[in-house]
Amino acid sequence: MTAAPAAAAASRPMAGPVAARLPGDRLHLQHGPIDLVIGATGGREAAFAAAWDRFRTVLPELVAELGLLRRAAGPRPRGAVARRMHAAVMPHAPAGFITPMAAVAGAVADEILAAMRAAAPLSRAYVNNGGDIALWLGPGQAFRAAIATLAGQVAGHIDLAAGDGIGGIATSGTGGRSFTLGIADQVTVLAADAAAADAAATVIANAVNLPGHPAIARAPARSLQPDSDLGARLVTTAVGALTAAEIARALDAGAAVARDLAARGLIRAACLMLRGEVRLARWPQPAGSLAHA
Amino acid sequence: MTDQTAPRPGRTAPADKIRCDACPVLCYIAEGRAGACDRYANRGGQLVRLDPLTVIEANAARGGSEVPFLAGADWDGDILRAGRPFVTAVGAGTTYPDYKPAPFIVSQEIAGVDMVTVVTEGIFSYCGAKVKIDTDRHIGPERAPVRVEGEPIGHVMTGEYGSRMLSLGGVEHLTGGSKKEGRVTCDALLRLCNREPVEMTVDGGETLVLQAGRAPVIGGQEERLMRVGCGSATIGMFAAEWLGHADEVVVVDDHITGVLSEHQAGRMLGVPPTGIRIAGHRSTPGRYFRVAEPGPGWGGTNIEDPLAILKPFDPAVAWPGLRLLMISTTGEQWAYYELDEGLVPRPAAAPAALRASAEKIGANCEPSLTSVLFMGGAGGSLRAGVTTNPVKLTRSVRQALTRVTVGGAEAYVWPGGGITIMADVTEMPSNAFGYVPTPALVAPIEFTMRLEDYAALGGHMSRVRRVEEVLTPAVRRVAPGGAG
Repeated sequence: MTAAPAAAAASRPMAGPVAARLPGDRLHLQHGPIDLVIGATGGREAAFAAAWDRFRTVLPELVAELGLLRRAAGPRPRGAVARRMHAAVMPHAPAGFITPMAAVAGAVADEILAAMRAAAPLSRAYVNNGGDIALWLGPGQAFRAAIATLAGQVAGHIDLAAGDGIGGIATSGTGGRSFTLGIADQVTVLAADAAAADAAATVIANAVNLPGHPAIARAPARSLQPDSDLGARLVTTAVGALTAAEIARALDAGAAVARDLAARGLIRAACLMLRGEVRLARWPQPAGSLAHA
Repeated sequence: MTDQTAPRPGRTAPADKIRCDACPVLCYIAEGRAGACDRYANRGGQLVRLDPLTVIEANAARGGSEVPFLAGADWDGDILRAGRPFVTAVGAGTTYPDYKPAPFIVSQEIAGVDMVTVVTEGIFSYCGAKVKIDTDRHIGPERAPVRVEGEPIGHVMTGEYGSRMLSLGGVEHLTGGSKKEGRVTCDALLRLCNREPVEMTVDGGETLVLQAGRAPVIGGQEERLMRVGCGSATIGMFAAEWLGHADEVVVVDDHITGVLSEHQAGRMLGVPPTGIRIAGHRSTPGRYFRVAEPGPGWGGTNIEDPLAILKPFDPAVAWPGLRLLMISTTGEQWAYYELDEGLVPRPAAAPAALRASAEKIGANCEPSLTSVLFMGGAGGSLRAGVTTNPVKLTRSVRQALTRVTVGGAEAYVWPGGGITIMADVTEMPSNAFGYVPTPALVAPIEFTMRLEDYAALGGHMSRVRRVEEVLTPAVRRVAPGGAG
């Protein structure tokens, strides 16, 4: 929308955080690039109030340390959300370049969910940050999420139950808002919290790749987004025709990384998609049941 | 509308990047890209708010669930559209909000008075654009159809001072003709109102490329300057400067060509007769009509050689060495001659004073622009969204209690019934307009009034929200002619 209250002409303050109630008893919080859709059952009103209260300063806190957060994970930042980001990406740092920004969406979701849980007894709650979701299920509660393909079809459902040990769902890939070094259409990861899922989804999506393939167009991240944390690294801009064997090879590469992360206890399940091919992997104890549609 | 008013380009960023100031992240955004939020983008160095309709369409194009944007086109009066659906995005079965336009009623205190602004987007089936093209060139005959892709989308209106007018769109072209005519008209209006260039042809005239706030391109040639005045007026304005440097000056103009020695200004300055004879219809002394046909040449005529409008000098009056300046009404074309022994004008080196005078005429011309005024009528359903008594809104606007703006641009409200408005699209944010397949344009429209007046006219008082609550990037204020 483009219209504005005409009288705001004199001096427009930078847009602050905003809250709106959505249909279905959901809360929408937005500030700059952060969009949260929040649901809660139990002490909903108290939880929503706490979410709003905490949300107000989240973006300014992140902006205050943005320079540090955009650099390869190293020194520990100060802010609560920034620390969640840092903690989530550190396990991946030895394997290659990663910045705390790889977990920003999930970390914000986790932080807001934590504030809600601290404020009220909840039976069930979620904070969806543009597809990266922090989730809480109380005793006996279940949650069904659908994984949609880029074409809008439902690729599968994820049924989660209390005690699964899954508190986060995140998706990364060429269909997302962030850049990827790989070619996966999307990689969805379940993990203990949203920040961990977010970081892992980024790492796995990067690994679904065919280095040097002529049909894959790449450009320095900085040429597309001047202040990208990925700097001059080549991010995928287009993926041309791939053979079935190439698709399988790329997915295998990603699945190998996913297995490794699972073995280290960093993720519980992953769903990798490329050109209609899907790899589902889950690891027992604890795990959600991931069923193909 | 370009560089000066581009909203706060980044001071330290290279020219192809801008710094978005919509939120604290302050993204640098490269040309053609969006910021981290995907809501603001850099289009040609301007910060633009991405068209919400495009977002919805992009989703539909990917096969996602499409939001029935104002399905049925009739508003049920539910201001906040609490029941509206949302686009489903990747993940989780929860939904992700889309950012298609949502109407707001916001209140804020201005000078101690609580003001209410009802912000909505109206569907205008009755709408079009009035276009003013600053040029003296002939673009086509009055009443000639104007076409895009062969479809008539409007016609040539009147010639006005230094300009030509077009009337484009209107309900007859939108819904009164063939389906294609309606679609092409809607698309052309949309692009024109969103300040994009539109190519059109005039039957029996020129091909035009028009873009609001930019110079018109007529027959492939970009217009530069508006004339400083008609030929006669130019004589009046500059006669004193030519005195002593030229014996005769002819200002070539398709409307009224001026001749210094015969003009009242020349006579008052004591300029003697020169025996000059002009091919054309003499009006009053020193003023000639129809010296040539209209065209892309000198002063809006079809001539390239100005001597073509001269008949031989009267040998009883003219003299060898007579100094003659011929110049167009914009100073863009000029030539200096001296008569030879046979009283034939021969090109010669112009004195510095005359060169300076030609430059001065050019410097006093305003740049040629294409101006686009959106014109539309606010109908019943739109008013119902503002108040439960639609006619009271009309009366309130009539009584000037309610101020009407379009995307923040001041709207002229026509006298008479209804709320029929005109507003300059260059004063609105970029991408202010959308469309529905009806076909009709979707335009932002705001009604601002005192809170007490709003209550009195049956406003939806329970929906009024404080401005702080709704001041999101979606209702971002931008500089006039800037971007949104």
